[in-house]
Amino acid sequence: MIVPNRETLLQFAAVQWQKLRRQFDDLDALRQRLDYQTYLLAVCALAASLLLGIGDLITKGSIAEREAEDLRATLGQVLPEALYDNDVLASLRVIPSAGEGTGLDRTEVFVAKKGAEVTGVAFKMLATGGYAGSLTLMLGLDREGKILGVRVISHAETPGLGDKVETSKSGWILGFNGRSLNNTSQQGWRVKKDGGDFDQFAGATITPRAVVKGVEGGLKFFERHRLELVGATD
Amino acid sequence: MSESLTRIAKEGLWSNNIVFSQSIALCPLLAVTGTTTNGLGMGLATTAVLMACNLLISYGRLLIPPEIRIPVFVALIAMVVTLVDMVMNAWLHELHKVLGLFIPLIVTNCAILGRAEAYASRKPPVYALFDGLMMGLGFTLALVVLGAAREISGSGTLFANASLLLGQGFAWLETTLISEYRGFLLMALPPGGFVMLGFILAGKRLLDKRLARRAARNAAIEQPLAENV
Repeated sequence: MIVPNRETLLQFAAVQWQKLRRQFDDLDALRQRLDYQTYLLAVCALAASLLLGIGDLITKGSIAEREAEDLRATLGQVLPEALYDNDVLASLRVIPSAGEGTGLDRTEVFVAKKGAEVTGVAFKMLATGGYAGSLTLMLGLDREGKILGVRVISHAETPGLGDKVETSKSGWILGFNGRSLNNTSQQGWRVKKDGGDFDQFAGATITPRAVVKGVEGGLKFFERHRLELVGATD
Repeated sequence: MSESLTRIAKEGLWSNNIVFSQSIALCPLLAVTGTTTNGLGMGLATTAVLMACNLLISYGRLLIPPEIRIPVFVALIAMVVTLVDMVMNAWLHELHKVLGLFIPLIVTNCAILGRAEAYASRKPPVYALFDGLMMGLGFTLALVVLGAAREISGSGTLFANASLLLGQGFAWLETTLISEYRGFLLMALPPGGFVMLGFILAGKRLLDKRLARRAARNAAIEQPLAENV
């Protein structure tokens, strides 16, 4: 067996490199070649995915931090800070909820505790049936199932009509505070146009209807899993 | 290769403006110009992408064979846009929350591929970079003009939420022009964007025609003078 020594290897590499270099002297001829085009495309795709991978690695931590901040800010709006002393973001429970009112297969419930006692929960859910797809809600409840706060996190409703569900546009969504399945009847969980307790917007009934329906579904979901969530003490 | 930079600037901003003259890139245009601030943010982001793409493509122009230039350009543009999206999400998070939906729309901006094809793949990097800057600024101008027209007619405000985009120092930009305005919903929706764009395009044509007539008249007046001297 021939064992190539260092020198011949280097020489071989140098010759190959020269060959490659010479091919680039005549770019016009090179560009016509099919194999060159194939390699170039492959190199471009590889370089692009490599750069994207590096970019992802660099930004991943920062993006996750920002998103956690956003989540904490939304949680702060639906769960009053005086209510808990634990790290709500860390006390996450995943409840399978396929077919239930939250519109999700698995609902992630953030559990707020004071000492060992569960004082409230908050969870993200989908309100289906909006004018333009589903709305994502964040719902905060106390341990009895009374609403502490509701916020619409994202939606695609019509600007100027359906977007009054945002707190920056109107205070409508604050009308849910203090409501629960006990103090509001089944009939009450509708917009006024349908004979319920909640206002609709002038010119937009579909969005509030979807939100009211969604919130009611969220409450029912909590009711069903109440013991599991509130009774749980670590 | 001595092309005058002023000509590039003039073409990008006015005579060959992406929106007003070429009438392309209408998808992102109509989607974001509900408010002036969104238009401005989208315009600046597009300018950054346009400059980066033009520069990259201009450097690679001798290596890229015409047969495969389109896939190469598309890969480059998609990469740059994704990188801009990730970087903004990580370090300019507030801005990303405002513009986040629109950044991926930049990929659909055919103006970027158009400039790569028509200019950057033929000219040296410096010119390509400058062309990207000017075309981008021209696009920003179009977005801001259309955004302002739609925002004023649609909701009676101008530069609403500008401080979210530019920082607290620019809060003075936010003005309410018509107080107690009930709003004109059509203008806030994409169809209103089409209508308003039509008016703006017509206005630009009219202005161009008037300018051309004045230039012709001036030339006619100066002719005999020049001969006399």
